Amino acid sequence: MTTVIKHQKPSAFYDEFFRKGPGQKTTHYCPGCGHGVAHKLVAEAIDNLGIQDRTVFCSPVGCSVFGYYYFDTGNVQCSHGRAAAAATGVCRTLDEDRIVISYQGDGDLAGIGMGAIMHAANRGENLTVFFINNAIYGMTGGQMAPTTLLGQKTTTSPRGRTAENEGYPIHMSEVISQLEAPVFVERVTLGDAKGVMKAKRVVQKALQNQVEKRGFSFVEILSPCPIGWKMNSMDARHWITEKLEKIFPVGNLRDDTKEPAPVSIPRMKLTDEELIDLFKSGEVESVKAGSLLNEQLVKVAGFGGQGVMSASALLAKCAVAENRHATWLPSYGPEMRGGTANASVVISNEAIGAPVVETPNVLIAMNAPSLDLFEESVQPKGMVIVNSSLIERKVKRDDVNVMYVPATDIAIELGSVMTATIVALAVYAAASGAVSVETMQKMIPSSIKRKNLVDINLKAVEAGLKYYKEHYQK
Amino acid sequence: MTKNHVKIENSECKGCGVCVDACPKGCLTIGKEINEQGYAYVKFDSENCTACGMCFYVCPEPGAITVYKAEKK
Repeated sequence: MTTVIKHQKPSAFYDEFFRKGPGQKTTHYCPGCGHGVAHKLVAEAIDNLGIQDRTVFCSPVGCSVFGYYYFDTGNVQCSHGRAAAAATGVCRTLDEDRIVISYQGDGDLAGIGMGAIMHAANRGENLTVFFINNAIYGMTGGQMAPTTLLGQKTTTSPRGRTAENEGYPIHMSEVISQLEAPVFVERVTLGDAKGVMKAKRVVQKALQNQVEKRGFSFVEILSPCPIGWKMNSMDARHWITEKLEKIFPVGNLRDDTKEPAPVSIPRMKLTDEELIDLFKSGEVESVKAGSLLNEQLVKVAGFGGQGVMSASALLAKCAVAENRHATWLPSYGPEMRGGTANASVVISNEAIGAPVVETPNVLIAMNAPSLDLFEESVQPKGMVIVNSSLIERKVKRDDVNVMYVPATDIAIELGSVMTATIVALAVYAAASGAVSVETMQKMIPSSIKRKNLVDINLKAVEAGLKYYKEHYQK
Repeated sequence: MTKNHVKIENSECKGCGVCVDACPKGCLTIGKEINEQGYAYVKFDSENCTACGMCFYVCPEPGAITVYKAEKK
């Protein structure tokens, strides 16, 4: 006779947990906590299915925030409540054979993250969610959670939860199972050994579903929080079977996995070319530029429809293409046309601290209200470009350099009033040298959203340059 | 040892006692000694172990319990 190991620490766990220092082999969980049990069931299922090297474990905010110290898998620690959304991103980024686990508590999943989990479930992501329901916020000290029972006393419901004051406990498994997309929803319990053994099978089943690419599986695990509940480990387990399971009945709520597994879940994916096209700005090879004399604090202002936003964004993109630092900060109302709009652009040789421009050294005023609003804020010796088509008055200050450009008239002549700000921008570029006109011409094709307007914008640059040469070049 | 048995890593046990309650054969008890973490850890002392693994699954610590089963050569 000899003995063989029948049950031991699953190899999906790290051998040592480095959080508290080398050699540490225990979790950070309180004695009797359900998380350790749930972790062990998940880790063993990973072992049994042979998926450790292709599993990504998405941990939440809450007591189980340190999942990455325990699971020797891929790990993502997600923003509070967003584990199901982050897991969606992981699912869709990696190839189809990845296994993604979203492991979340009740405050995380059913409180702050209610929106994220509902939509992940509704999309039927091929994802496995383990929802640890202990009816309380454990990590922060036992506050009332969405799943807290009526009458249950917590630090924030000291007289016991009432439906009138705090509403009812949310039955997540029931809610999720009402959606069309999920394929597997079951509630299990860690309240007794029998429940744990059943949970072990369900946890593995939920992962098996993902291996078979069946879609969204959701397992709610009723789990003890002895410290948060102010009980010893065994009383906490009895409380689960006597109280929690009465409100949250254990059992399967959805199992569509008896059907043959689908071959694959088709998803529309953008090709690399389409993606590059989406984020095309800056694809122009960088242009060699001389050093910028002054940091440029540019305010471009007008009304919607004059091209204030697209032109100012183009300016920032040109500066970046010339290897400078640049920021673009738009400010506008909800209107697509009409309404006032202005943008702040900072161009610098050095990293930029704040993108806000309060005292510009360049003002491009495209309409009269903009000149009225910003004229006084321009720095002495600053540059002011006035759209003289729409602004009849002259600039009152005599300590700034002013250029009057009939930008709107020129733009109308070219065939699109929306290119007016491009005309003014070309004047600014030619006069200041902050960005070169050539760079503007190179950047316009990728920067202008409507491709049929590329030519007219290129003409607007030409026209602005011509106007500058004829009227202001010394 | 050639019989079914359970090995407790004394330093990893937090003394919650869940395994003691779960064991169908009453093989486990909470001992009197205190480990370096400050917990009175669980002791195994029995001839009745069936290596069923209940203690292993209910234990919240990943590596505190290892279960050995007797096998004929």
